[in-house]
Amino acid sequence: MKPKFLSWFLGLLAVSALLLFASIYPIPSLLKWQSPFLSHCFFILMICFGLCLIRLMRGPTPADRAVSIDTMGILIVGFCAILSIPTGRNWYIDIAIAWALQSFIGALALAKYLEGRGFDE
Amino acid sequence: MSEIVGYIFIFIGLGFDVFGCIGLIRLPDVYNRLQATTKCVTLGTCSILLGTVVIQGFNTTGIKALLCIIFLILTAPVAAHALARGAHRSGVKLCDKSVCDKYKEDKEGSS
Repeated sequence: MKPKFLSWFLGLLAVSALLLFASIYPIPSLLKWQSPFLSHCFFILMICFGLCLIRLMRGPTPADRAVSIDTMGILIVGFCAILSIPTGRNWYIDIAIAWALQSFIGALALAKYLEGRGFDE
Repeated sequence: MSEIVGYIFIFIGLGFDVFGCIGLIRLPDVYNRLQATTKCVTLGTCSILLGTVVIQGFNTTGIKALLCIIFLILTAPVAAHALARGAHRSGVKLCDKSVCDKYKEDKEGSS
């Protein structure tokens, strides 16, 4: 009972330390944004994207890769929503809606391919 | 004031995203990974979009972001169910610690 609680506590501490480090660490900004907080948010989302890429590379089954691709499609919507705040352009949200639609249809096609059925049934 | 509330929403959403992706790395099975990511990442992205709505107010950007939230909540569970069904039908094994497999029992009972 006790080692399990200890490992959970250590993992939570490590994740909080990573989030804190990623939100304080000075990153070289690509754009001169008005708020430095949003560029840190961008950095944290890129860490999530890297974790998805690791699962995409070493997933043992094709279903793992399909799950990873679906997750990346939802993360890109978050990217577009964060980009729309400092630039002030509202067509980033249009890109987010279109990307969500495309990711949904892609996930359905991948699921149908995994089942082994044809696309025209 | 509204900017600070929006930033708090965005930070909560980023935390959910990070936990979902760590679940994608750590959990042992396809179904466990799907169960971790499809809830955490959907809720995190919806929270980021809600922060965008709070920061921008009710102009075109805010209303489009609300539409995007509704669209994500409607479509992401459907895609996750389809992926789980396809994975089960393509013969992916459950992990060793699994207790029951109701879908397999259901298929054997009906056929």
